Amino acid sequence: MEIEDGRVLVSRENRKTVGDIIVDNPRMTCRNVDVYYDDKHAIKDVSIDIGNNEVLSMIGPSGCGKSTFIRCLNRMNDTIDNCRVTGDIVMDNVNIYDKNIDVVPLRAQVGMVFQKPNPFPKSIYDNIAYGPKIHGLAANNAELDAIVETSLIKAGLWDEVKDRLGQPGTGLSGGQQQRLCIARTIAVSPEVILMDEPCSALDPIATAVIEDLITELKTQYSIVIVTHSMQQAARVSQRTAYFHLGDLIEVGPTERIFTKPRHQLTQDYITGRFG
Amino acid sequence: MSPTTLMLVLLGLSTVGYYIGRRQAFAVAGPTRKVQELHSRPTYYGALTALWCGIPALLLYSFWLAGEDTVIIQLLVAQLPENIRTLPDVELKLLLNNIRNLVSGNIVSGEIDATQRAAADHYRSLKATSQAALAVVTISTTILATLLVRSRIKATLRARNHVEEIIKYVLIACSTIAIFTTIGIVLSVLYEAIRFFQVIPVTEFLFGLEWSPQMAIRSDQVGSSGAFGAVPVFLGTLLISAIAMVVAVPIGLMSAIYLSEYASLRFRSYAKPLIEILAGIPTVVYGFFAALTVAPFIRETGTVLGLDVSSESALAAGLVMGIMIIPFVSSLSDDFINAVPQSLRDGAYSLGATQSETTKQVILPAALPGIIGGVLLAVSRAIGETMIVVMAAGLSANLTINPLKTVTTVTVQIVTLLVGDQEFDSPKTLAAFALGLLLFFVTLILNVIALYVVRKYREQYE
Repeated sequence: MEIEDGRVLVSRENRKTVGDIIVDNPRMTCRNVDVYYDDKHAIKDVSIDIGNNEVLSMIGPSGCGKSTFIRCLNRMNDTIDNCRVTGDIVMDNVNIYDKNIDVVPLRAQVGMVFQKPNPFPKSIYDNIAYGPKIHGLAANNAELDAIVETSLIKAGLWDEVKDRLGQPGTGLSGGQQQRLCIARTIAVSPEVILMDEPCSALDPIATAVIEDLITELKTQYSIVIVTHSMQQAARVSQRTAYFHLGDLIEVGPTERIFTKPRHQLTQDYITGRFG
Repeated sequence: MSPTTLMLVLLGLSTVGYYIGRRQAFAVAGPTRKVQELHSRPTYYGALTALWCGIPALLLYSFWLAGEDTVIIQLLVAQLPENIRTLPDVELKLLLNNIRNLVSGNIVSGEIDATQRAAADHYRSLKATSQAALAVVTISTTILATLLVRSRIKATLRARNHVEEIIKYVLIACSTIAIFTTIGIVLSVLYEAIRFFQVIPVTEFLFGLEWSPQMAIRSDQVGSSGAFGAVPVFLGTLLISAIAMVVAVPIGLMSAIYLSEYASLRFRSYAKPLIEILAGIPTVVYGFFAALTVAPFIRETGTVLGLDVSSESALAAGLVMGIMIIPFVSSLSDDFINAVPQSLRDGAYSLGATQSETTKQVILPAALPGIIGGVLLAVSRAIGETMIVVMAAGLSANLTINPLKTVTTVTVQIVTLLVGDQEFDSPKTLAAFALGLLLFFVTLILNVIALYVVRKYREQYE
């Protein structure tokens, strides 16, 4: 089927990924990843690269498997009893699903920020210091103080909390809590940061602050962000992946996905039309 | 008519009232049965009639029975000859008791003269009159009330609202029963305890170091001196409870951690009910387990190790009590650990924390207030526990903290002081109430703290 500017869209029935799954110099490469919850086939043969210092956004209707997929990238799915992952996810030439891989350093390398801010019921300082402490990143208290300060500065929270580091992290506002969680993730010096709808529980102003932060963090980290807001994906990301019912339908530069999608399903989704 | 029969008759009448009220509602609605035009469903009119029919009569009935005896006795005394009426109070009471016994056909003390016989007959006739009057008054109240309500049943009568209002008051009455019972128990213990403190000074009871509750009946009796210092007894309770908590808290808490954080769902679904069975074993069974199995085992182990162990040691009672309390700790801790949101676990795991780091540093601190509340509830349970210590701990009040020696506890002492025939004017018996009062305050304070801590925890996540 042809549309006005001469593009031919891939039909809805075809679930093969279209677009550019490969990038030069990838940080992580995922090949033929399948995820099952008991008998439910949640992710179907997904292959995609995650580039260095880029923001990759994942969009798609609810239940399409975006969150499941990014939880594979730091093996958070291990905590779910009936979840089974097959395929290769390679980082630094190592398959992270190899039997002899320890998830602890992996998760320090691939950090994660969740949908709902989840600060620990500890002080602001201890929230940040927790990760460096368990990984032994600081030799003494002065180094730990420095890590806490730089993490909070990077997360844009330092000026707001520097006078009350001893107060509970749960006492902050929703947006501040989410930035606290980002700071907590940064504190263990990850290389990749996964964000699972980080702004869905926040108001527009807090959302704008987090989006600015993401753009800034991109210079040092690779970021994968799941979002329900196509505007957000368009604002913060360089590449976008569209998921549909467990299939990765289309991947490409964000601008092209939103202006000239190549797959009928992508076109339906971004124009707000389904079926 | 005897009071029981009357009660049944009143209930029967009340049931009849229900049908009368309902029928009247249908009648008011008219032959076309437009019941929709009534304010309430016909059953509510029936219920309203039944309630009005039953409640006033039953209230009258209970007040009458409560006051009946006093009134009859007064009438009886007024009829007695002058020389008896002016007898001292104590003798008059004895006489009245004799008359009562005569009426009910019990054994009577002393000679029965004509006056007493006449008085007994008089008592009997007064009683009969009273019961007849009660029957007449209550039954007529019921009937009058039924007729009154029936005559007022109209389409506009808000029967449903009235019934629900009455039900609300019934519920309030039920909920206050528990409160008044507590107050009653406290007052009864308090009253006896005050009598005790009139003989033995409070300071001696609270700070005395020797417990030997006995009182001379004659002044020249051998071993007539008693000592009522509660410290050794409370120390024994504390020692045994402490041993119990040392057993129950680590085992209970760790099994809760295993069940909620590590165990598979399948294992958990079997293991949790099995642990909770421990709470269902009667304490008397624990008692003979402690006395016949654990205590001899500890004594023999002690002998092998060259230790001097009493055959009834604090250790045996404490260990078994600790086992009994495990389910309290584990079940409550498990609930509170499970109540910690999954997002906190995710947060810790995503930072690269291991499972034990997550549990120790994130889950347990978050659940700690709840766990402390659970432990405090378990402590008050341990302090109040009686059966195990009666059977496995000793009776001698040693002032010691050596768990291998015999100690005694507050509850054991209360039991031994009150078992059998006792004189209720001797400090020996009254001491039981003083101990009970003190014990009640200790557990009350622990419970209040526990509830406060648990409530504070709830506020955190809701």
